[in-house]
Amino acid sequence: MSHPTVADLGASLRRGETSPAELAAASRSALESLASLNPVLRYTDELAERQAARAARTLAESPDTAGPLCGVPFAYKDVLCVEGVETTAGSRILQGYVPPYTGTALGRLLDAGAVPVAVTNCDEFAMGSSNENSAFGPVGNPWDPSRVPGGSSGGSAAVVAAGAVPFSLGTDTGGSIRQPASFCGVAGFKPTYGRVSRYGLIAFASSLDQIGPFARSVDDVAQVFTAIAGHDPRDSTSSPTAVEPVEEQLGRGVEGMRLGVPHEYLAEGLEPGVRTAVESALAELEKLGATLEEVSLPSTSAALSTYYIIAPAECSANLARMDGVRFGLHVDRPSLTDTYLATRGQGFGPEVKRRIMLGTYALSSGYYDAYYRKAQKVRTLIAEEFDRAFERVDALVCPTSPIVAFPKGARSDPLSMYLCDVLTLPVNLAGLPGISVPCGLSEGLAVGLQVIGPRFQDARVLRVAHAYEQATGWHAEQPPAPPAASAIPR
Amino acid sequence: MTLARDQVAHVAMLARLGLSDEELERYREQLDAILAHVDRLQRVDTSGVGETAQVGGLVNAWREDVRGECLPVEAALANAPKRRRDHFEVGAIQE
Repeated sequence: MSHPTVADLGASLRRGETSPAELAAASRSALESLASLNPVLRYTDELAERQAARAARTLAESPDTAGPLCGVPFAYKDVLCVEGVETTAGSRILQGYVPPYTGTALGRLLDAGAVPVAVTNCDEFAMGSSNENSAFGPVGNPWDPSRVPGGSSGGSAAVVAAGAVPFSLGTDTGGSIRQPASFCGVAGFKPTYGRVSRYGLIAFASSLDQIGPFARSVDDVAQVFTAIAGHDPRDSTSSPTAVEPVEEQLGRGVEGMRLGVPHEYLAEGLEPGVRTAVESALAELEKLGATLEEVSLPSTSAALSTYYIIAPAECSANLARMDGVRFGLHVDRPSLTDTYLATRGQGFGPEVKRRIMLGTYALSSGYYDAYYRKAQKVRTLIAEEFDRAFERVDALVCPTSPIVAFPKGARSDPLSMYLCDVLTLPVNLAGLPGISVPCGLSEGLAVGLQVIGPRFQDARVLRVAHAYEQATGWHAEQPPAPPAASAIPR
Repeated sequence: MTLARDQVAHVAMLARLGLSDEELERYREQLDAILAHVDRLQRVDTSGVGETAQVGGLVNAWREDVRGECLPVEAALANAPKRRRDHFEVGAIQE
């Protein structure tokens, strides 16, 4: 039986066949049965109960005002603050941190009546491509528990793929929504930079971070996006540009659209199974009436280097606030400097330390021009190449990841891990919207098709993804039944 | 290029990260490898290219300078590892 979507659950709720509390309880037990995959860090029982009651009231008293997410359970990544719910960013340094306020994206979902049931595992401070950098243990991929779910939003992708919740929220700084969506066989959308407020998101790299949804259909992704998108005075980088309505774009198909295929993205390092799946996806889009056109993004080869200067530089600044004074871990030493050194030395994991070191080096006196300023210039070139491509084509289509989900422990060298993001991080550097949708299987593992659009053309990206999904049905593929719940108490 | 051990120790101090000798050596090797890769940036011709400051085209975000809601003191201090009355408590800044 296929896992219910947001639309299915909304319809059952409206018909009175089930209640928000019943759905939340069902989601919780489905999540518990995934314990051996370790995708959940904690359950939000009290909040779920409150929200379910609120949704039930809305559905009973004013069903006309109940939106599509009212009463629908979901999970969210451990970097999004909700008042009164522990939030740790997958890090020991924030263990026990209870935010005193709720972030905008989460707040908008709560206002829409959605019911949060769990906080999902992720790489520490969202730094990673495999979810192996979480201080609270790695996550297994529902398609093969010995493999990674991708990262950094690995838990959020895994719980949707396993059917335990119809949608979840993640964040994407260099591919952290799209790559795990690809690895887990679900839809994952990174909106245009500035389209969704980052207020209440624990910052990693502020010029790149963006919040977005995972779901099992593009329709569901669109509903969640619509609920969370839009200007927020509390995030000065959130865009005042009006949000283009998505719903009227879905279902229009791709006939007559010009779709660009960046040849650098299909050039080298693609696994054969990924290439086959993506090439048939391109053929399918052509069959649906789109015109395919080869485009070139020559600076792609410099994107990884650009990203691994800019993102660590920003993270080294953002994570300076983890000082053991106002919140989080505090390792007491007689002097303030020694307290900083001990707290941060013990609180951060290896990847976070590595990036803070790299970023601090790139920003330090004598190296700033050679690394940081240079990277910000190359970033301009990368963004301009995308802009030029979009003068000729409506959207770009390509693989999300050059590889399928790899075995845990297979990429212990930092550089080989960084290379995972080579097809997703240019999109963040340019601030564009991008989605990954399932486009086939390679030896039983999911492959993702990436659709990239011009800035603020989020609706167009969803339209192309929706047309593809509806024509092929890969999104209905499900991983094998979940492994038996672990007997080990967590 | 090769990073010297004391350069790595200097960076760790700038970042206020207390690292063990073993960590310093590991990060020295790893940063070396990453920087060797990143050095390909130097081959990109960026003459006449501006730096990206804001990718979405925003320039400034202004608001009226009026008093708004803010976090109550108790809420702001709720996560403090050490507090004294209505303040965060920190150790000595000068030894």
